[in-house]
Amino acid sequence: MRGFYAVYRKEMGQYFVSPIAYVVVGVFLFLSAYLFNFFVNEAIRQALQMEAQSMRYGMPPDIDMPSEVMRAFFSSLWWFILFITPMLTMGVYAEERKRGTMELLMTSPITETQVVLGKFLASLTLFAIMLLPTVSYLIFLLLHSDPMPPWRVLLGGYAGVFLLGASLLALGAFLSSLTENQIIAALLSFAGAFGLLLLYMGARDASSTTGQVLQYISPIGHYEDFTRGIVDTSSLIYYASFIFLFVFLTVRSVDSMRWRRA
Amino acid sequence: MIEVQDLTKAYGSVTAVDHISFTVHEGEILGFLGPNGAGKTTTMRILTGYMPATSGAARVAGFDVSNESLEVRRNIGYLPETPPLYPDMSVETYLDFVARIKNVPPEKRRERVSDALEKARITDKRTELIKRLSRGYKQRVGLAQALVHDPRVIILDEPTVGLDPKQIIEVRHLIKGLAGSHTIILSTHILPEVSMTCDRVVIINKGKIAAVDTPRNLTAQLKGGQKIRVEARAPEKQLQELLARIPGVNRVQIEGARADGGVTATVESAPGQDVRSQIAAKVVEKGWGLYELRGVSLSLEDIFLELTTEDSADATPPN
Repeated sequence: MRGFYAVYRKEMGQYFVSPIAYVVVGVFLFLSAYLFNFFVNEAIRQALQMEAQSMRYGMPPDIDMPSEVMRAFFSSLWWFILFITPMLTMGVYAEERKRGTMELLMTSPITETQVVLGKFLASLTLFAIMLLPTVSYLIFLLLHSDPMPPWRVLLGGYAGVFLLGASLLALGAFLSSLTENQIIAALLSFAGAFGLLLLYMGARDASSTTGQVLQYISPIGHYEDFTRGIVDTSSLIYYASFIFLFVFLTVRSVDSMRWRRA
Repeated sequence: MIEVQDLTKAYGSVTAVDHISFTVHEGEILGFLGPNGAGKTTTMRILTGYMPATSGAARVAGFDVSNESLEVRRNIGYLPETPPLYPDMSVETYLDFVARIKNVPPEKRRERVSDALEKARITDKRTELIKRLSRGYKQRVGLAQALVHDPRVIILDEPTVGLDPKQIIEVRHLIKGLAGSHTIILSTHILPEVSMTCDRVVIINKGKIAAVDTPRNLTAQLKGGQKIRVEARAPEKQLQELLARIPGVNRVQIEGARADGGVTATVESAPGQDVRSQIAAKVVEKGWGLYELRGVSLSLEDIFLELTTEDSADATPPN
């Protein structure tokens, strides 16, 4: 337990002394704020347009605009997550191997599991810190909407973003443990995340059983449910399994470094 | 304290360490001497639990390195060939982190860190970022890292590499000061280092142990005989003939004549015979000027070369 905390503490310290964390978080906040602003403006424009139409044709349609904005915001957010998580994980093992510090960790009285979990939770914490300021946009939206849309859209959306992020971080960390080169690790993670996206896109419109299976395998399909405020147990189990699988594979991969010729 | 039995490590078809056995007693400094690629680092990595052996067993502080790895690691301080440092950390933060992963209890951590800083003589650099330190200081931070949890066994892979002569002397001093309370293995390919710091030497070449002994015994045992250096003002040929005729002399080698007529010869004599007085008498008798006459003991360098090249014709020369 002490070993786990030591690794976690060290990772957090490293994120915040290196410029990577600031740049990644800064870029993410800038883009997400821009995106949010865009969706709000778009919603207002649409509302005005519909109001004009209703004056001509009568019967104003009943659309929950704030919820629409949130849904649009969340379902675009994963594009950023796709690009940002590889940046957070590319160095976690590749750098340690390159610098030779992996030898220090592996000859210390701590287990591989403690190292892997410490690093994973540190990257997850940074990810959560990165998301935190975006909550203010949505709270602002909720407070200025009348009637107020249900909180579950907000909570479900964040649960989805967080779980999707955690899955991609687990995947990225695993890929980083396979190489000594940060750039290769980042590219592999992009490719991996993109592959999962293609799996979802390709299967989205298919009605066959294969299509459904492929859609289930991709973490993005499960994410869509969350953006509608639906928290499905099967999705929760899916993400938990995905994360567990890659954390486990990372532990095995770190352990296997002992058997390779260094 | 450390027992190694028939240890073997093969990387595919290459055998890096080939059935080696040796023991290190408590409080001793053992030198691991061998050319690059002899298997020193591999042996050390097996002892520290970094990699498993292909076969054979090793025990450190009473624990088996393969079955009780965590216990072994708790008792070992290890400085790898390249010090495992995080460049963005300050020296103190780094040592605090190492103390944490080495299971130093929280209440003792500050004390242990400042103790390690003190021993490695880097107390004045403790707030400095590691990336701003010179090569020599980085090496010392690496050394402090190996000491921070006060381990019973310390394993140092080429601890003086990259240091300037003054720093080398300081580090050797530090290592000698640790002996007694710690058991130490250090590897090197620098010979004087071994004779200066170590109680015993393991000479390793191509994965096999060539010799194990004290530096002094190795020097004495290898050649029962003696080498004598003679420098005289004499005709080259005649000097050689004269020396060769002295009873007890096995071999005479003329090393060169100087412009002023001085000739240097190396005489090898049979074990147990001191031929120095006879050489002096004969040379003087001839009326040649005797400039120098002294016994030369074999240096570790000679022993090393001999041990690492004699067993096979294609042996790689040590660098």
